[in-house]
Amino acid sequence: MSDRIVLDTAERILADLCPPEAVNDAETGVWPAALWEALEESGLTLAWVREELGGGGAETGDGFGILKAAGAWAVPAPLAETLLAGWLLEQGGLAAPGGPMTVAPVGPADAVALEDGVLSGTARQVPFARQAGHVALLAAGRILLVEREACALAPGTSLAGEARDDIALDGVRPLRSAPAPEGLDRDRLTLVGAAVRAAQMAGALSRLLDQSVQYAQEREQFGRPIGRFQAVQHALAELAGEAAAAEAAADAAGEAVAAGDFGPAGVAAIAAAKARAGEAASKGAAIAHQVHGAMGFTYEHSLHHRTRRLWCWRDEFGNERVWSVRLGRLIAAEGADALWPFVTGSHAA
Amino acid sequence: MTGDRFRFPKVEFGPEERALREEVRDFIREERASGGFTPMADSWGSGWSPEWSRKMGARGWLGMMWPKQYGGGEKPALHRYIVTEEMVSAGAPCAAHWVADRQSGPLLLRYGAEEQRRSILPRIAAGECYFAIGMSEPDSGSDLASVRTTATKVDGGWTINGRKIWSSGAHRSHYMIALVRTSPRDMKARHAGLTQFLIDLKAPGIEIRGIRNIAGERHFNETVFDDAFVPDDMVIGEAGDGWRQVTSELAIERSGPERFLSTFPVLTELVRELGPEPGERDAETVGALAARTMALRRMSLGISRLLDEGEAPEVAAALVKDLGTCFEGELVREARNLLPATAASQSPDLYGKVLADGVLHVPSSTIRGGTNEVLKGIVARELGLR
Ligand SMILES: Cc1cc2nc3c(=O)[nH]c(=O)nc-3n(C[C@H](O)[C@H](O)[C@H](O)COP(=O)(O)OP(=O)(O)OC[C@H]3O[C@@H](n4cnc5c(N)ncnc54)[C@H](O)[C@@H]3O)c2cc1C
Repeated sequence: MSDRIVLDTAERILADLCPPEAVNDAETGVWPAALWEALEESGLTLAWVREELGGGGAETGDGFGILKAAGAWAVPAPLAETLLAGWLLEQGGLAAPGGPMTVAPVGPADAVALEDGVLSGTARQVPFARQAGHVALLAAGRILLVEREACALAPGTSLAGEARDDIALDGVRPLRSAPAPEGLDRDRLTLVGAAVRAAQMAGALSRLLDQSVQYAQEREQFGRPIGRFQAVQHALAELAGEAAAAEAAADAAGEAVAAGDFGPAGVAAIAAAKARAGEAASKGAAIAHQVHGAMGFTYEHSLHHRTRRLWCWRDEFGNERVWSVRLGRLIAAEGADALWPFVTGSHAA
Repeated sequence: MTGDRFRFPKVEFGPEERALREEVRDFIREERASGGFTPMADSWGSGWSPEWSRKMGARGWLGMMWPKQYGGGEKPALHRYIVTEEMVSAGAPCAAHWVADRQSGPLLLRYGAEEQRRSILPRIAAGECYFAIGMSEPDSGSDLASVRTTATKVDGGWTINGRKIWSSGAHRSHYMIALVRTSPRDMKARHAGLTQFLIDLKAPGIEIRGIRNIAGERHFNETVFDDAFVPDDMVIGEAGDGWRQVTSELAIERSGPERFLSTFPVLTELVRELGPEPGERDAETVGALAARTMALRRMSLGISRLLDEGEAPEVAAALVKDLGTCFEGELVREARNLLPATAASQSPDLYGKVLADGVLHVPSSTIRGGTNEVLKGIVARELGLR
């Protein structure tokens, strides 16, 4: 599939089948079946799996375009997670099953072991575990595919009302297994996960801007649209800046992943993206809420579809602090004279 | 995505660009080692060094995009971007040629008379001819269209009367490009009747009075015109077309690396002070500042690419300048929180010195070239709010 077609397809499906009602329904436990079916049928869910392995075989960069769209529309289903799971399986040359998937472990402290072909340990806060048919796992230097039904599940919920369940893997035998290729470790999975969340945040912020501008044009006080007040205009200009910065940062991270660059320059791009997009998520969501007044604080209004997801995504796969520290340490290790070359991605090492 | 409103296309560097970057870095490294300059914050605004400008000119790093017949290098905008970002990030003294290379030269190239181009552009490209901007007046700041300085038609030229203010470096420059009223103010057509003049600052009837800035430097001036005669051939472009010309100038003026890197030398020296194994909090601040720099750079580079494609991304430029100049101040504030250093211009260590430059110059970042309130207004208009 080529660039434009992938993104147009994603936009069309999401515009048709991901209205605010579907997002609300999903929070009460209703699976967005029509939406998922359409995404799956058009090959978007397995965009990062090559065709021989049952996937859509899109360019990695296009996958990040899908993720931005998914963030913009607040897709209440594991589209990002299935993409990421597909990416992981693909790294091990494992065929991808159909249906929704998720990835584990996602927490840095989770210990999962594999002995004589049997798993043990618990993966915490696994996104959409409840709705997933399969879990792609990275454990003991292997990439594994596990049936979700085989795991014991303790339900949990994210700030956005999405499933973040603990799954106990004790005694579970993987369906498929392959050694992880050289360099593919938990850290690499976290890096790709961070780039994924950065892209979702960029997409959500861009829609948050549109939504807030539209509200400011419609809501009237003192006899005119509130968007005519300079204080509101300036707040929205600031939101525009945050959205644009998040997107620039996320795009750089997506390119690093697409290029398979996990060296210092790639790590820097991803770390910067997660830190910057997370910062933009905080600032942007605050501005959007301020502009929406009390209405935006109601469950009724759909503003929270994006703001709560932003608050959730900024934490996952490492929050701003985690990635800023990592980037700062990388810089310190290279030294002051390498700082600028480092920022420009053109240092020698 | 936001790309629908503000497009920041990706920029890729080829072998030629990489080679240029290395060449500039080698030059800066050698100059630094031999004492050719000491890094400073706001080096493009405050570091006045004709010697440095001539060295850059000799290497072909000024007027890089202009046609060869005018002393240029016929390079893409990206090449100039590389040279300028290397210079500003290193804190190299580029103020003498900055305005001429960035905006006056391109303006003459676009709207100037052939004679103006032939006589002036090669000298700018050689790093020998400097320009001042004559836009602001005592009663016209953000509301630039309200300028009152007038030019009255006389035989063979115009006489100019009025005052320009804040003209950076006018006392050391050869020319000023001034925005002047050539027909009376019309409240219904606020932008009409303005004309840009190329003014030889040595001409009679012009008095340049220095104004000290808070750093104690004689940076800017009040330039008083008292029946100053300007010949006809010094009109730039069309009489009455000044507003359109001046706004196109602002798109290039607002999007460059100097709009977010002015205080970068503070970060470099901070990293040096913190050493190879900083504490967690120190590393966090350094990382967060670097992350913001990287995002801004990508946006700013995207605009440079759009300029190469012949677009005039004025609104995107306003957005980047707003975000970037705020960041210049944040950098200084956050650096201060990490070390118990005392900022002082005579500080024995470089960190204390660049920090002093930073603290003293940062208030101007969000004012010069259009205040951030004005920039946000431009963005808001694009959003459909005004
Ligand atoms: C270091 C430095 C160098 C400069 N160099 C030059 C130069 O070389 N040539 C030149 O021509 N000029 C130069 N300037 C002048 C600069 O362009 C002006 O300072 C700038 O345009 C703002 O004008 P002002 O200072 O008169 O502020 P004002 O316009 O008086 O503004 C004061 C405050 O009011 C706010 N404000 C004004 N109007 C509005 C509005 N409509 N809505 C909301 N807020 C508003 C401003 O944002 C600002 O915060 C320089 C300035 C500095 C600081």
